[in-house]
Amino acid sequence: MRITLRVWRQPGPEAQGEFRTYEAPEVSEDMSFLELIDAVNEDLLEKGEEPIACDSDCREGICGMCGVMINGLPHGPSEGTATCQLHMRKFQDGDLIEVEPWRAAAFPVIRDLVVDRSAFDTIIESGGYVSVSTGSAPDANEILVPKSASDAAMDAAACIGCGACVAACPNSAAQLFTSAKLAHLNLLPQGQPERWDRVEIMVDTMEEFFGSCTNHGECEKACPKEITIDFIAMMNADYVKSKFKNRRRLGQKKAG
Amino acid sequence: MQLNSSVPPGPIADKWENHKFSLPLVNPNNKRKFDIIMVGSGLAGASAAATLAELGYNVKVFCYQDSPRRAHSISAQGGINAAKNYQNDGDSVFRLFYDTVKGGDYRSREANVHRLAEVSVDIIDQCAAQGVPFAREYGGLLDNRSFGGAQVSRTFYARGQTGQQLLLGAYQALCRQIAKGKVEMHTRTEMLDLVIEDGIARGIVTRDMLTGEIRSHSAHVVVLGTGGYSNTYYLSTNAMGCNNTGTWRAHRRGAFFANPCYTQIHPTCIPSSDEFQSKLTLMSESLRNDGRIWVPKQADDPRSPDLIPEAERDYYLERRYPAFGNLVPRDVASRNAKSMIDVEKGVGQRKNGVYLDFSDAIARDGVQLITEKYGNLLDMYERITGEDPYKVPMRIYPAPHYTMGGLWVDYNLMSNVPGLFVIGEANFSDHGANRLGASALMQGLADGYFVLPYTIGGWLSGLLNTKPLPVDHEAFRKTEAEVADRINGFLSCRGSRSADWFHRELGKILWNYCGMARTESGLEKALSEIPALRSEFEKNLRVLGTNEQLNQSLEKAGRVADSIDLAELMCQDALHRRESCGGHFREESQTEEGEAKRDDENFTYVAAWESQGPGHAAALHKEPLDFENVALTQRSYK
Repeated sequence: MRITLRVWRQPGPEAQGEFRTYEAPEVSEDMSFLELIDAVNEDLLEKGEEPIACDSDCREGICGMCGVMINGLPHGPSEGTATCQLHMRKFQDGDLIEVEPWRAAAFPVIRDLVVDRSAFDTIIESGGYVSVSTGSAPDANEILVPKSASDAAMDAAACIGCGACVAACPNSAAQLFTSAKLAHLNLLPQGQPERWDRVEIMVDTMEEFFGSCTNHGECEKACPKEITIDFIAMMNADYVKSKFKNRRRLGQKKAG
Repeated sequence: MQLNSSVPPGPIADKWENHKFSLPLVNPNNKRKFDIIMVGSGLAGASAAATLAELGYNVKVFCYQDSPRRAHSISAQGGINAAKNYQNDGDSVFRLFYDTVKGGDYRSREANVHRLAEVSVDIIDQCAAQGVPFAREYGGLLDNRSFGGAQVSRTFYARGQTGQQLLLGAYQALCRQIAKGKVEMHTRTEMLDLVIEDGIARGIVTRDMLTGEIRSHSAHVVVLGTGGYSNTYYLSTNAMGCNNTGTWRAHRRGAFFANPCYTQIHPTCIPSSDEFQSKLTLMSESLRNDGRIWVPKQADDPRSPDLIPEAERDYYLERRYPAFGNLVPRDVASRNAKSMIDVEKGVGQRKNGVYLDFSDAIARDGVQLITEKYGNLLDMYERITGEDPYKVPMRIYPAPHYTMGGLWVDYNLMSNVPGLFVIGEANFSDHGANRLGASALMQGLADGYFVLPYTIGGWLSGLLNTKPLPVDHEAFRKTEAEVADRINGFLSCRGSRSADWFHRELGKILWNYCGMARTESGLEKALSEIPALRSEFEKNLRVLGTNEQLNQSLEKAGRVADSIDLAELMCQDALHRRESCGGHFREESQTEEGEAKRDDENFTYVAAWESQGPGHAAALHKEPLDFENVALTQRSYK
C-alpha cells in the first residue's frame, strides 16, 4: 500500500521545527510502523537528506524506549500497543499519517522525534524502591504475599516508562506513571515500611516537573500496558494519609 | 601465554566459601577511596553497580539508552532458575550445577557453574525483598514452573515479564544509589574504547550521543556488562541497539575473546514475514510446556492446519525424544525445526516455520487457565502476525538469541587484562556451549549481586592509596585521538550504502554459514566473504550529518564495523572447532541419529583468542577443562 508521512523534523533542542512530507509507495502490511520509518530513512539517506531521529530499542513493546504521536494519538491507533508493535495492517492504502514527538514541557525535544524523559528517572530516584541492600534479605518464602496483592502489584509494575501517559494528558501530568510505581511497591508487604515516605516524596518530586491531574483519563487510554487509573486513586488516598502519618512521626522525632 | 583460571583448590562445594574467606577485604572506610567504571546497566551491570555503591565504592555507570531501565535484559520473558527446592521435587544445588554443566554440553568451567548454582538461592531472596512481583500460590508462597528441558520445577517467574521485573528491581536499587550520590549515571553515552597503560585497564573513552563529545573516564577498575553479540546476525531477538563494541574494543586492546562460535539460536521465535524485518520477536519457551510442536507429514502440504487430521501430523519432537518431548534443550529443538524446513515441511506463507499448537492444552485446561499462564505471549503473537493463536496454531522458527561466548574471565570474573572485569552475557563463563532456559537472568544477577562485589575487592585491595591515572595522561589522549579518527573515517567516507545495508549483508553470511549448522566449506566461504564486505564497508559507507549531534547512523556505523570484525572471529573459531557441541553444530561431527557429537579428546578446552591487530588472524590460547564432578557423557534426551 501507499502511505504518506508528515513527520516533525527539528535539528536540535533549540532549533525551529517543521513538518516534512515523505512518500512511501510500497508499504507491506506486515511491516511494523518503525520498520516503515526505517525504510523511509534508507530512502532519505540515499537522497542525501539526514534520516529521521527516532528512539526505539527492543521492538517488542517492553523496553519503553520508543513512542511517538501518530495522528495525534500516543503510540497510534491500536489500544494496548507500543509504537514498535503497531503494524501497518492497521492502516489503509493512501493514508496520510502525521508523526510527532511526545508533546510535554517535561519532555523537551532533543531532535526530530526523540525527547528527554529523564524526569521519570528522577521520580524513581526520589523513592521508587524498597531500601534493601544486597545480602540482607530473608528467605524469599518468609515473606508471604497474598496472590491478589501480588497480581495487582504486577499489573502496576508492568509500566514500561514510555511516557505515553504524559503525552496523552492535556495537562502533561505524570500521575499514571508515578502511581503505577507506588502501587507496585505499596501493595506488597515488602513496601510497607517506606509506604508513607515513598508516596509523599514521589508525588512531590513529580509535581516539580509535571502538570496536575484533572481526571481526564486519557492516560489510561493511551497506556500500551493498559494500566488502570485506579492506581491514581490509591496514590491520592495514600498521599493525603501520608500528610497525617508523616507529620505524626515528625512530631515524635521532635519530642524524642 | 598460560591462561590461569584461578579456580581455588578444594572440593567443589567448598571452593566459593573458602575463596570468599581467602579474598582480601577492603576496609569500609577505604571503599570510598575507590572508583569503579561500569559499562552497561542491564541485570549484571545494574545489580553490580547498586551493590558496589551500597558497599561504599564510587561507581560511574554508562548506558547507551536514555535510561538504565531499558537495558535489553528487560525483554527476558520466561523466568529465573534457583535451586530452592520449594516444590519438593528433588532439586538441589548439585542438581542445578549438574544440569547446567550437562546442558552446556561439557564445555563450561565446573567451579564457576557450581558457584552459580550456590548463589542462585540468594538471588531469589534478594529480588523478593526488593518487591519483585513473582508469581504466587494462593497461600502466599512463591510459585515455580519447569522450564526449558528441566525435570524439576525450579523456575521463578513474574508472568511473562520476568526479565522486566528483575531489571526494574536492580534499576530501582541503582536509583537509590544515584539519589545518594554513590552512583554517577551517564545515559546516552557509549563506550568506544578501553584505555590501557602499562598492561592494566585504566579507564574508557566515551562518546556523548547527544553532543558527540569524546571524553575520557578514569577509575581503579573497569567492569564491562555490555551483553552479548547476537546482533552480529542482523536479525536476532536482541534490541536494535545491542552491540559488541564494548567487548570488541577491549579485545582489540588485549582481552581474549573466548568461544565466539558458541551462539544460541532460540527455537520459539516468530518467523520473519518480509525482507524489511528489523528484528525477530521471541516468545518465551515456556510455551513449549503446554504447546505441541508439529509439521505436516507430507512435504509442501497446502492445507490450513485445522484441515490436517491428527494422523497426518508429525509431532517430531515427541516422536524423536519420548522422554523430553517438546521440552528438549534449545539447541536440539532449533536444529530439529531446521531439519523439518530443510525437507520442505515448513509452514506459513514463506514456508519458514513449524506449528506450535495450543489446541490440546486449551481442550484440557480451558481457555481461562491458558490465558492466565500465557495470555500476554499469545496477545503479542496476534499483534505481530494478525493471527489468533487461540484458534490457529502459532508458527515458530529459531532465531539468534543469546551468545555463550564472550570475553575470557578467570574465576574472579577478571579478564586476562588486569583491572578489567567482565560480567553477565558479555563474559564467556558459565553456560558452556549451550545455555539452559531461565539461566541467563540467574547468571547476570549472580555476577552482579553476589560474585563481583566479593572478587573485585581482591583486585582493589592491592591498589590502596593509589590514584586512578589522570585523564590528561598520554594514554587517554592517544586513545581519544584514535576514537575521533575512527568517527571521522565513517563521516568522511561518503559512499553510497547505509550501515544497515552492510549489517544485513553480514547477517546473511553469518546465518547461512555460521548459524544452526556449520560446515568446513561454508565457514571458509564466510571467511572469504567477510573481508570483502569489510573492504566494501571501508570504501562505500554513507553516514550523513556530523559528529556533534544526535546521529543514529553514525552510532550504527561504529557498531557494524565492530560486528564485521567479530563475525570473522566467530567463523574462525567455528572452523577450528572440528566437533559439535551445544549450539555449535558441525555437520561433519554428528551421531548416526544426527545429534551433536563431541570430540572430548581434542576439544575439551576453552578457545581464547588473542587479537593480533586488524588484518591479522587472531592467535589461539587454550584453557583445558577438567571435569571432576560430572562425568562426560553423550547428551541424550530420548
